[in-house]
Amino acid sequence: MIDYESLRIIWWVLIGVLLIGFAVTDGFDLGVGALLTLVGRTDQERRVMINTIGPHWDGNQVWFVTAGGALFAAWPLIYAAAFSGFYVALALTLIALWMRPLGFDYRSKLTNPTWRKSWDWALFAGGLVPALIFGVAFGNLLLGVPFEYDNMLKPTYSGSFWGLLTPFAILCGLVSVAMILNHGSVWLQLKTDGKLQNRSRSVSVVLSIATAVLFALAGVYLALGVDGYVITSAIDTYATSNPMKKEVIVESGAWLQNYAKYPWMIIAPVLGIAGALACAALSKVNRSGFAFVASALSIAGIILTAGFSMFPFLMPSSTVPAASLTMWDATSSYLTLKIMFGVACVLVPVILAYTTYCFYVMRGRIKEADLNQSHTIY
Amino acid sequence: MNETLVELSRLQFAMTAMFHFIFVPLTLGLSFLLAIMESVYVMTGKEIYKQMTKFWGKLFGINFAIGVATGLTMEFQFGMNWSYYSHYVGDIFGAPLAVEALMAFFLESTFVGLFFFGWDKMSKRKHLATTWLVAIGSNLSALWILIANGWMQYPVGAEFNVESMRMEMLSFSEMIFNPVAQVKFVHTVSAGYVTGAMFVLAISSYYLLNHKEIAFARRSFAIAASFGLASVLSVIVLGDESGYELGDVQQVKLAAVEAEYETHPAPAPFTLFGIPNDETQEVDYAVRIPYLMGIIATRSLDEEVMGLKDHEKRHRERIISGIEAHKVLDVVRDGTATDAQQAQFDAHKADMGYALLLEPFVEDITKPTPEAIEKAVDYSIPAVAPLFWSFRIMVASGFAMLLIFGLSFYYSTKHQITKPRWLLKIALWGLPLPWIASEAGWFVAEYGRQPWSIAEILPVHTAVSNLTESDVIFTLVAYTSFYTVMFIVAFYLMQKFARKGPTQLAKEQEEIAERERVLMRLDSEGENS
Repeated sequence: MIDYESLRIIWWVLIGVLLIGFAVTDGFDLGVGALLTLVGRTDQERRVMINTIGPHWDGNQVWFVTAGGALFAAWPLIYAAAFSGFYVALALTLIALWMRPLGFDYRSKLTNPTWRKSWDWALFAGGLVPALIFGVAFGNLLLGVPFEYDNMLKPTYSGSFWGLLTPFAILCGLVSVAMILNHGSVWLQLKTDGKLQNRSRSVSVVLSIATAVLFALAGVYLALGVDGYVITSAIDTYATSNPMKKEVIVESGAWLQNYAKYPWMIIAPVLGIAGALACAALSKVNRSGFAFVASALSIAGIILTAGFSMFPFLMPSSTVPAASLTMWDATSSYLTLKIMFGVACVLVPVILAYTTYCFYVMRGRIKEADLNQSHTIY
Repeated sequence: MNETLVELSRLQFAMTAMFHFIFVPLTLGLSFLLAIMESVYVMTGKEIYKQMTKFWGKLFGINFAIGVATGLTMEFQFGMNWSYYSHYVGDIFGAPLAVEALMAFFLESTFVGLFFFGWDKMSKRKHLATTWLVAIGSNLSALWILIANGWMQYPVGAEFNVESMRMEMLSFSEMIFNPVAQVKFVHTVSAGYVTGAMFVLAISSYYLLNHKEIAFARRSFAIAASFGLASVLSVIVLGDESGYELGDVQQVKLAAVEAEYETHPAPAPFTLFGIPNDETQEVDYAVRIPYLMGIIATRSLDEEVMGLKDHEKRHRERIISGIEAHKVLDVVRDGTATDAQQAQFDAHKADMGYALLLEPFVEDITKPTPEAIEKAVDYSIPAVAPLFWSFRIMVASGFAMLLIFGLSFYYSTKHQITKPRWLLKIALWGLPLPWIASEAGWFVAEYGRQPWSIAEILPVHTAVSNLTESDVIFTLVAYTSFYTVMFIVAFYLMQKFARKGPTQLAKEQEEIAERERVLMRLDSEGENS
């Protein structure tokens, strides 16, 4: 029998897996969208780029939807406080994401150049805006979010949209943009040939190095300029979820304490930087398959670094630190976590199996000549 | 308590949900029709059925894209606009949404990619399996979302936990087998099949009226007519009525839909027509059919259907009872309650939600004035006229489609080659009917739930996020503008491709491909020289 504490840890891991799964799969098609006008010079090239992700973007996007659903089911307090708090930012993300299904499917249905160019820019925004905002959101989680609870445990956010754009948060946004765009360019190396592939390789080299440098800078900033949060009261990891039952203090350098306490956690930032640098080198020598793996590992490392640094915090409150949400007091009940874990155990392997099958069927590079072969192509 | 914020948030939810629901029924129905057409192709080997699958698949794609886009909003706006809702019932309500994503969205979305791009990369049978999986995926997603929605209407298998200040799950299976959810599922997916069938029937009729794509249109017409007839019968026969017996909200909804202000002696008459008047609580100019209502709602001749006036009486009692629970809530949460206080809480906690209805009318819900209680009672009943009318619009559209599908089925079995022009015209002009019916039906279900977001547990004004009005105005304006543009674009493409038809479309695409091949050759020659 699994106990409540283990389930809470399992769900921390599962949400992490979902976020990484989202960034690794949907990340490359967000990246391709954002690079559409930069890497694709002609209409044909842009169509090739869109068709490399044509069969996959929708399945990939479900990682995002599932992350939303899983937050709702496993961490309802986070789902409630974060989404209403980051209200305008999330709305902008959604609007940007709407552009993608329509852009992919509709763009090449008419030949009018203005029509196609408009969709190119819509797809650019659809890739760039979410990547930027997700990074900024993570930056703000690390900084602490101005929210509090009333007596009924209703959350109220007292910041503003512009308040999200602090230097550290913008730096995190840039890390995310570099990482996602890089992932897109590595995908393009893998799925295209000729000029398009060469151009993607050069872009990858630049963006991988940018990812490593920006991520390292964010690490330094986090160590020196961002105060962390520490729980000072005893933690009951089995208690009923209620965030108002603990004491929390703000302390400089606290976000690095976990790396001293659990030295193995250092693997995450190392992976973030080493993966990105390896990706640059592998792109340079044209080993695109390995470059893709390196980029994926780098993404996993970067996301885990954020999670490890804050552990066990999920969403600290800057106005009322005691109201901070942690993985011990923001979860669903024992029964819900258990049932949802059972559901995930059955379904996630099945999902991975058919997703792999789909990528297998659609393997191979897309060439310009392919565009005229089939009339179901975008 | 900010009434404008509540109204704006409700408006936004209604707008985004009803907009999303323009595309969902067509996806549900058309995916099955595609699977049927492709099955015929694989079984008979006739190329025309493959063309049909591809052509209707193209229109399916245009609809699917905008459905996916608008569905994203739905997944996130509970947290964005209804944060206390998310906190209060996330422990139960989040589960079906997460299962929906894992079990249905992944399936549908992964295989829809293979459906469009896998034609030349997979064997016939594997591609057919892909198409079926898209259809199954989209229908499974309807199942889980309606389990979630059914729980909002009739919340079973959950209990309030004072320590976490929220509802927590007691039984997942009770939630899944919630009878309200089950009837809703059958009713909604059947309505989706009707939508898909009407879409194919109407466009096929358009070709037949214009004497083009005859072989193609005749076959599509026949498949749509039989599938549509079966589905429309299922919508009507398995209709929502059986759900109305359960739960308070369902009963109030039924009484409001029928404008039953009074409890009539059993068996109650059915009001065929009339003008409901909330002021006088009477139906003006009513035309009533004796006995019918009692039979529909209770399947008996001796049970009463409770009228709204009696519901109000009951609600008054429950509001007063709920106040008793709120009076001791704080001490119960602290753990400092005496046995008597604990007993008082346990006796009244089932009515806690009713006391929350007082929130818009008093500062402190434990000390209401008699006027505030009367206002809350009044507030506990949704406005009758919108429900009365939208229900009748839904039913009338349903029966009109029964007629269209019935005639179409008759003519496609008896007179396979030619069909009367009047029938084709009705079938073409009947195209909007399934959408009118679906949206009206959605309105009845959700407006009829007011003022509750979760029946008897959480009123909408408590569920709403603490946002500023300008936040919600910003998103309402932005969402509405983008949705309008998106709709115009999708509609333009849809009608353009539908008008062209499969033959002309294939020809044009071949011409474009040829032109681009020439351009590419010129390009590469230019580079070489």
